[in-house]
Amino acid sequence: MKASAGGYARAESTRHAIELLVSADGQGRVLAGGQSLVAALNMRLSSDDLLVDISRLSELSGVRDAGGTLRIGALTRHAEIGRSQLVRTHAPLLSEAVRYIAHAAIRNRGTIGGALAHADPAAEFPACALALGATLHVEGPNGARAIAAEDFFESVFTTALDEDEILVELSLPKCGPGDAQVIEEVARRSGDYALAGLCLVKRPTAYRVALFSVAETPVLAQRCMAALEAGDPDGAVEALRAEISPPSDTQATAEYRRHLAGILLRRALARLQGDRS
Amino acid sequence: MSIRFGNPDRPNSYIGKTVPRPNAAKLVQGRGRYVDDIVLPRMVHVAFVRSPFAHARIAGIDAEAAKGVRGVLRVFTGADIAAVCTPWVGVLNHLKGLKSPPEHALAVDRVCWVGEPVVAVVAGSRSVAEDGAALVEVAYDPLPVVTETMTALDAETPVIHPELGDNLAFRRLHETGDVDAAMAGAHKVVTARFRTARHTGVTLEPRSILVDWNPADVRMTAYHSTQAPHMIQAVLAKHLDIPESRVRVICGDVGGSYGIKVHVYPDEIATAAIAKIMGRPVKFVADRLESFNSDIHARDHEIEARIAVDAQGGILAFDVDDWTGIGPYSVYPRTSAIEGNQVVNLCGGPYRFENYRARTTVVFQNKAPTCQYRAVGHPIAVAVTEGLVDMAAAELGLDPIEIRRRNLYADDAYPVTSPANMRFEGLSHHASLNRLVEMMGYDALRADQAEARRQGRYRGIGIASFIELTNPSPFMYGIGGARISSQDGCTVRMDPDGSVVALSGVTEQGQGTEAMLAQIVAEGVGVKPGQVRIVTGDTEITPYGGGTWASRGAGIGGEAALQAARALRRAILDVASVLLQDRADALDIRDGQVVDGTTGGARMPLEELGRIVYFRGDTLPKDLPRELVQTRHYTTKEYPFAFTNGVQASYLEVDTDTGIVTLLKHWCVEDCGRVINPQLVDEQIRGGIVQGLGGALFEEIHYDAEGQLLNGSMADYLVPMAAEMPDMVIAHVETPTQESELGAKGAGEAGTAGAPAAVMNAINDALRPLDARLTEMPFTPERILRALGKIGDLT
Repeated sequence: MKASAGGYARAESTRHAIELLVSADGQGRVLAGGQSLVAALNMRLSSDDLLVDISRLSELSGVRDAGGTLRIGALTRHAEIGRSQLVRTHAPLLSEAVRYIAHAAIRNRGTIGGALAHADPAAEFPACALALGATLHVEGPNGARAIAAEDFFESVFTTALDEDEILVELSLPKCGPGDAQVIEEVARRSGDYALAGLCLVKRPTAYRVALFSVAETPVLAQRCMAALEAGDPDGAVEALRAEISPPSDTQATAEYRRHLAGILLRRALARLQGDRS
Repeated sequence: MSIRFGNPDRPNSYIGKTVPRPNAAKLVQGRGRYVDDIVLPRMVHVAFVRSPFAHARIAGIDAEAAKGVRGVLRVFTGADIAAVCTPWVGVLNHLKGLKSPPEHALAVDRVCWVGEPVVAVVAGSRSVAEDGAALVEVAYDPLPVVTETMTALDAETPVIHPELGDNLAFRRLHETGDVDAAMAGAHKVVTARFRTARHTGVTLEPRSILVDWNPADVRMTAYHSTQAPHMIQAVLAKHLDIPESRVRVICGDVGGSYGIKVHVYPDEIATAAIAKIMGRPVKFVADRLESFNSDIHARDHEIEARIAVDAQGGILAFDVDDWTGIGPYSVYPRTSAIEGNQVVNLCGGPYRFENYRARTTVVFQNKAPTCQYRAVGHPIAVAVTEGLVDMAAAELGLDPIEIRRRNLYADDAYPVTSPANMRFEGLSHHASLNRLVEMMGYDALRADQAEARRQGRYRGIGIASFIELTNPSPFMYGIGGARISSQDGCTVRMDPDGSVVALSGVTEQGQGTEAMLAQIVAEGVGVKPGQVRIVTGDTEITPYGGGTWASRGAGIGGEAALQAARALRRAILDVASVLLQDRADALDIRDGQVVDGTTGGARMPLEELGRIVYFRGDTLPKDLPRELVQTRHYTTKEYPFAFTNGVQASYLEVDTDTGIVTLLKHWCVEDCGRVINPQLVDEQIRGGIVQGLGGALFEEIHYDAEGQLLNGSMADYLVPMAAEMPDMVIAHVETPTQESELGAKGAGEAGTAGAPAAVMNAINDALRPLDARLTEMPFTPERILRALGKIGDLT
């Protein structure tokens, strides 16, 4: 099919981008890396929308050390995150996740803000943000606000962003001494969306386990986390399998995904053991 | 003088060598010309409204809103197209009992699958045509849907075409010997149920056609991405009521075909009909989404099969019951019964045994039509045969190599006729297997497997011997009444500058046909390949021929090219002998020079001979023929098909926690007769293996019970990709066919034929200690875990 866009405008600044979104009256679509949006346009899943191109807004790109937190601009490309020494040091989960994301051409264009705002439940970065306890910083006509990752993902492709708001940055607590962060996923082919995936963040007194491709949003496995904190890995696997309710599709049934989630947890835990030894 | 193929140091020795492809630079630089690159004056675009229902009556069509879109020129319904285009029926006389109803270019009154074209919207651009198509309102009254193959003939299942009486398209039973007695008296009988998934070909370049109708000239020109230009010429002429001679089909660069582009598609014929109605060029290029629901599908088979063996592992009998669902129509003009027919022809193919029963049952259903796709029927037959042979070996405690050695036709057994009545001129199963065993280091691999198992890792080795049908004669289609040529021709001419042009009826799909032809012509005439230009794909220019399918390009087209080239060489030497006052048989042509046949000393460059013939013919004797254009045709006459053989092996590891299969390595030894270009043949084999591995592990078209296509996109229909592919080692045994001087048989199906069975056997070899057995393709992680009992059976 041929794309049918309603219009195109290149934003000169974040403020300008917000003005364009306001003027589009709900028909605005933020164009960043375009790796999901352009495909949707080409299938006419999205049409007659005003594309607000923010890709030239250099102020939205880059990784910086903000003292207690690591801050990543929404326009930072997947490939840049994969190369960033700051990310490797302070949020190794993201560095590792990058190699699972699609293919090189997509990683060169796609942005972390786009991945989060698109809120594909099968994508890696939303689950990483959840596992890391990230805060998402957004700006809109009424100013800026910060949204916890737990509150950001509402449903498939649906977030807490208002239609005239833009995700500008995310901030993450830094990986501390003794912390560990791992991601495990299984996909049919390299670069495919995972059949199921799991992020495990271990902190001195707590575990955070976030899964992707098992629900309408990335999910925190609370009971599993509690079992891990109680020192019961078998119970954690059992709790995890019990607390998720994965979808069935042509690639895999819910039952397979539930099984896989447990396997992924065991593998992630084994890697933590390996790190320690 | 015949070519001394055995001597690699002979002059002009291009046949048998890896000669660079003449068209590679063009394609790599993006300077190819595909149908979508062609823009004609007054050209318009068509987009199709397709059925969202698997089976429904068309209650009404309201196109007013579409006609109101700025830039939309015309909207056509099935009735509009039927006024200028007759329907077709996909049957062949030699497939006894095959039935199929008339099929229209656009659905008339009723739709029978999701994706069937219903309305055509024509506009100045594809985008505007799509805007219009989105506004066409079609009212449908849904009808009962048939999706299951195995229950299609049950009394309670609705009949899709009531006028045909039932949902049976075709049934064939072949029986040799006494299968029941052999089964009853056997040492062991092993039964298994196999399933191969519905696939499609996924060509890089989608189906594309641009048709121009010039009523002043009474002339239709179709620029078409096709494998069979002359067949399409005949089809357009017949159904649009134009003399065949007034239809020209031009096939430029083609971005892959795999059998997908050798069939008649309703939307493409509708495009031609619209061109005829509107009197202007009309372009249709399928997009990826409509490719999935309108390109032919294939391989949707369920098979119950048995093998009987004696105590030594000798095969006594095969008994095969094959079922396949082909969609609502048998595809025109090659029909959708061929695949099932091939399963009957090919099962048990490599082996010497006495008793054979095979039946295929081909039924209608409300899904996209299926038809011939690369290695037609082979992967199914090879999976059934080789799966059973391995299971029998396991029952008897025999090594898979050993049971094959005990049963493969001996290399000196030929000619021989198989229990399926296939005639084999000369095969090399044992030599190929020996080469494979040596190449893969079989014993070391078994040791590695044992070591891995000690570490709790499940690795498996799978072997698959196969036969491959190539170089088809008129017995494939022509005998059934189809205007599909099994003969091919080649015209070779020398121009004044001594360069050579060859026009061939076989076509280039990106696989290197033109390279193959160039090196044959270069050797046949005695010039360098760079001095040969190849012209293919134009019914106005090339000799009549069949095109490229069923692995016939090299064996049929190549032989015609060789004979034409040799004829030109003789014609050149006849002139040279007069000019040089020497006997023609004392002269030779090498590297574009007439030389002394004994010493190789230069006598005259071809361009000097060309100068004299073309510009100073007055200086030659009046009665001297100077025919520097020669045409030859070739078709096989002794054997209906040139069978080839080969054997593949897969080494892989199964993750028994996730069900993921990692392909570690793959080997193939095959015998396509004379290898003309080793690199191109190896790439054919590799590409074929990749498609076979796709069938084994990834590819599966899903429909739901309502006939809705569930995974019609590249994100959801998983084609094999580079990261998952193993290293592949290819080798050849060469048993040239004696039917032609060239001795080439086909190589296009071999990889796809054997790879799925090799993978299946390797997975089952890996999981045998765990008592798991898989026979349903693709072997998805989930199916593997279910076979292992790690997750429950689906109810």
